[in-house]
Amino acid sequence: MLLIHCPYCEQDLPELEFAYAGEAHIARPADPSKLTDEEWRDFLFIRTNPKGVHFERWRHVNGCARFFNAVRETVGDKFLATYRADEPRPDISSLTGDAK
Amino acid sequence: MTSYRLQGRGRVDHGKPVNFTFDGKTYQGLAGDTLASALLANGVHLMGRSFKYHRPRGVVSAGSDEPNALMGTRRGPGRFEPNTRATIQEIREGLEAASQNRWPSLAFDMGAINDNLGSLFSAGFYYKTFMWPRAFWDRVYEPVIRNAAGLGVSPTEPDADSYASRFAHVDVLVVGAGPAGLAAALAAGRSGASVMLVDENAEVGGTLLSEPTVVIDGQPAWDWLAATVAELDGLANVQVMPRTTAIGYYHQNLVGLAQRLTDHLAAPPEGAPRERMWKVRAKEVVLAQGALEKPLVFDGNDRPGVMLASAAQTYLNRYGVKVGDRPAIVTAHDSAWHAAFDLAGAGAKPVVIVDMRASVDPALTDRAHALGIEALLGRTVTGTAGRLRVTSLRVNRMEGGKAGEPRDIGCDAVLMCGGWTPCLHLFSHTQGKLAWDEALQVYLPGRKTEAVQIAGAGRGLWSIAASLGDGANAGAAAARDVGLEAEAPVFGVAADRTGSGITLKELPTDRDPAKAKAFIDFQNDVTAKDIRLAVREGMRSIEHVKRYTTNGMATDQGKMSNINGLMIASDALGKAPPQVGLTTFRPPYSPTTFGTFAGYHQDATFEVTRKTPIDPWAEANGAVFEPVALWRRAWFFPKPGEDMHAAVGRECRGARASVGIFDASTLGKIEVVGPDAVTFMERMYTNPWAKLGVGRCRYGLLLGEDGFIRDDGVIGRIAEDRFHVTTTTGGAARVLNMMEDYLQTEWPDLKVWLTSTTEQWAVVALQGPNARKLLEPFVEGLDISAEAFPHMAVAECTVAGFPARLFRVSFTGELGFEVNVPARHGRALWETLWQAGQQYDICPYGTETMHVLRAEKGYIIVGQDTDGTLTPGDAGLTWAIGKAKPDFVGKRSLTRPDMVAKGRKQLVGLLTEDPKVVLQEGAQIVADPAQPKPMTMIGHVTSSYWSDALGRSIAMAVVVDGRERDGQTLHIPMPGGTITAKVVKSTAFLDPENRRLSA
Repeated sequence: MLLIHCPYCEQDLPELEFAYAGEAHIARPADPSKLTDEEWRDFLFIRTNPKGVHFERWRHVNGCARFFNAVRETVGDKFLATYRADEPRPDISSLTGDAK
Repeated sequence: MTSYRLQGRGRVDHGKPVNFTFDGKTYQGLAGDTLASALLANGVHLMGRSFKYHRPRGVVSAGSDEPNALMGTRRGPGRFEPNTRATIQEIREGLEAASQNRWPSLAFDMGAINDNLGSLFSAGFYYKTFMWPRAFWDRVYEPVIRNAAGLGVSPTEPDADSYASRFAHVDVLVVGAGPAGLAAALAAGRSGASVMLVDENAEVGGTLLSEPTVVIDGQPAWDWLAATVAELDGLANVQVMPRTTAIGYYHQNLVGLAQRLTDHLAAPPEGAPRERMWKVRAKEVVLAQGALEKPLVFDGNDRPGVMLASAAQTYLNRYGVKVGDRPAIVTAHDSAWHAAFDLAGAGAKPVVIVDMRASVDPALTDRAHALGIEALLGRTVTGTAGRLRVTSLRVNRMEGGKAGEPRDIGCDAVLMCGGWTPCLHLFSHTQGKLAWDEALQVYLPGRKTEAVQIAGAGRGLWSIAASLGDGANAGAAAARDVGLEAEAPVFGVAADRTGSGITLKELPTDRDPAKAKAFIDFQNDVTAKDIRLAVREGMRSIEHVKRYTTNGMATDQGKMSNINGLMIASDALGKAPPQVGLTTFRPPYSPTTFGTFAGYHQDATFEVTRKTPIDPWAEANGAVFEPVALWRRAWFFPKPGEDMHAAVGRECRGARASVGIFDASTLGKIEVVGPDAVTFMERMYTNPWAKLGVGRCRYGLLLGEDGFIRDDGVIGRIAEDRFHVTTTTGGAARVLNMMEDYLQTEWPDLKVWLTSTTEQWAVVALQGPNARKLLEPFVEGLDISAEAFPHMAVAECTVAGFPARLFRVSFTGELGFEVNVPARHGRALWETLWQAGQQYDICPYGTETMHVLRAEKGYIIVGQDTDGTLTPGDAGLTWAIGKAKPDFVGKRSLTRPDMVAKGRKQLVGLLTEDPKVVLQEGAQIVADPAQPKPMTMIGHVTSSYWSDALGRSIAMAVVVDGRERDGQTLHIPMPGGTITAKVVKSTAFLDPENRRLSA
């Protein structure tokens, strides 16, 4: 069971308190009617699913209930960083040192 | 006492006899014995039958790696456990043990016929034998395989024991309390770190328990051990836990521990938990799990009396049991020589030491000569004899790399040693990489992924001195890593018995290797030739070899078999072992009971049962309940002599004829509040909300962004900036999560607050022509006449003296009200209306009647009539879409090509040709029942009931292009024959003009 740092509570808390919520930084288009069928399909369904660094959303559902973003390394299954939903994507190169 | 028990020897209590039974016969052991050591003391080697060939088997090991001596153990009703390891289970007064996998008896087992049919059961036999004919799959193969599969018998009664669980946080967790673990705990404990030291055995000490002649710091091993345990017990920051197996090592140093609490007690305290699961989060972990001895692979290496040399040493020194009077030792490692010397010292007469190596340390051969033991070097072993116990060993000279002339040597036990495997199971759980050490011919820990130290034999250090020193360093390093000052204690060790050895594949033989039964995995009956066959048949990956042969897939998780299997596979493939790789070890380290995993979550605490404030009334009034999500809901209220059909029919008539009362408290409720509440609702739901007046309700439809129906419910506008949203009973949490997601991450600028109010409101529904007459006298501050309070009105008022939100809504098609009051008043409101309703023959109804009444009106239930692939168009709900709205969740998806294409399944009504036939929900629908099988299924029945009001059955179904099929006859093939039914475009079976609900 992972320990996850909630950027709102500012505590490391057990995974049991959190729920995964899909890939991060996929904003809902301001006017979906302007999108072609293909663009809308991509927004709905196409995800990066990387082997390695992944930006993803989590919710501290059994805690403060806030959605936040995280950088997780999908091979070792480790969190490299978590940050608030309104914060920009952190620089990956600063995170992928040899994580302990 | 038998001649196999050595007086005064071992750590057992010679003054405390303990009686137990094995296969119905009573035996006596001593306090401190395991089931295995006590049976061996009684001269019993035959302890089980193998899984596939039913070969007679004896105990092989003295620890948790035991593959053979698995037994059923019992302590009264509901307390039966299959596959108990006789090597781990301590005896207690009255313990009942029984052998497994044999019929009619352990000594004479009919299943042993398989042993002679070995060619039928070769590697991959499942895949080869059970292919054809097709008709045999269900009727012959599956029942036969199921019958033959599995060792031991599953208990049939509910487990009578209770189980516990606990979390712990420590600085240093040390796994394994042998020399390395004890030294690590000492080093870390002395630094002040909080330390947990766990060991799977009944007492700590590990190898020291089997090596009493070693001298540490001038003290005999057991004196040093006692002093060390006393010191650790005296440190308040150190917790020592024997009988505790570290079963899994997870992320960020979370280790699962299974602690056995009562299985060793003759009379456990009343109510004491049997086992406890610990979830320990450690800042540092020290793995000191030692090493596992490997068997040698030769024909007949599984005969009772053949066991690991270290096991014989443990039975001798720890339990005071001689495993034989005339043991033969076969080895590729120095350690087995010491086992022979110890046995000779205890009065046994080892007949021979056969070493596969051409030369060994002369000190060993000298000692053997001095003790009168024949030593044969550079030999191979090619067979054993004896039916239920080994009687002789077949040894061959090696000539030019080939097995030469054989010689039979009589013996009553064979002690084998194929070298040692560092036990790195837990390390592997963390994706720690293993590295092949060419010199030692073993895998050693490589790259680490966690804050962990590996110490002792786990790093290939075979001596006690090295393990003590390594453990001390690891413990001190762990303490320093958590920020403490620590020093590694230094130990002076004398009379240590270090050694070395080689790693082999199966031993060479002069006989036909295809006929050799040289076992690698004893529990799954996998032999060396099975591995070679798998490679010949094309398996290249060790993972495929494992699955094809089942090597290492038994409950011992390949502890004994893994490396031997790898050595043979790599030889067959012509590759070096590291190129072939190793299969992955996964939790649990050793079999763990379901009870331990369940912990406190059994019976009533297995899962939460949510109950409404009105639930006690329903229970007192004879309701039959059904689970709906986590809720328990009143299903129907049978009167004496009524079955469900009769009760539901009466309840339906009651509601339609006069008035029914229904507990709707489980409806999900969300309060949506704020200056931007209406904007938020406009964006979330398909319907228009801006023009909905305060005091009015509307049916709300919620889609996913993909355009499919997610939820629905009536939504009331309580104030300009306040909506009372209801959701389906099961969907409340999902809907709130979805709303929060959009509010927090897509539209954080909206000033809206969302609050779950499901459990704050109790909801009593009154439905039926007399609903208003019943309710009216109790309402204060509101005119609820038809004109002043029409259908789909909502208002805050007082009902029966309680503050209320009153909805005029109907899920039945009747004149209806739903009274929301604070939950604490729900029961009193219900009782009041119930009393007053007697004059109208008020009828309480449950969820089944609710379902029938709504189906008669064609109202859908999301999740029953929809399944996550229905659009509003498919469900006939396009009227609920705000056409003028520029956007709402899911809107864009409704115009995607596939969403508007022909051929979608649409919700329609179905009326069976025979009105008395009620279709089965879920039944598949076909257009032409005469078509060849497999038929093209064009839809399925989603809802189906007997309608009392219509005097016939009714059904809803989703059918391809259903609405175009209005009037068509479709067919529902069932086991008893095909049912025909007519499609009706509208699902409003009763009162389609809605006259009743507008009354």
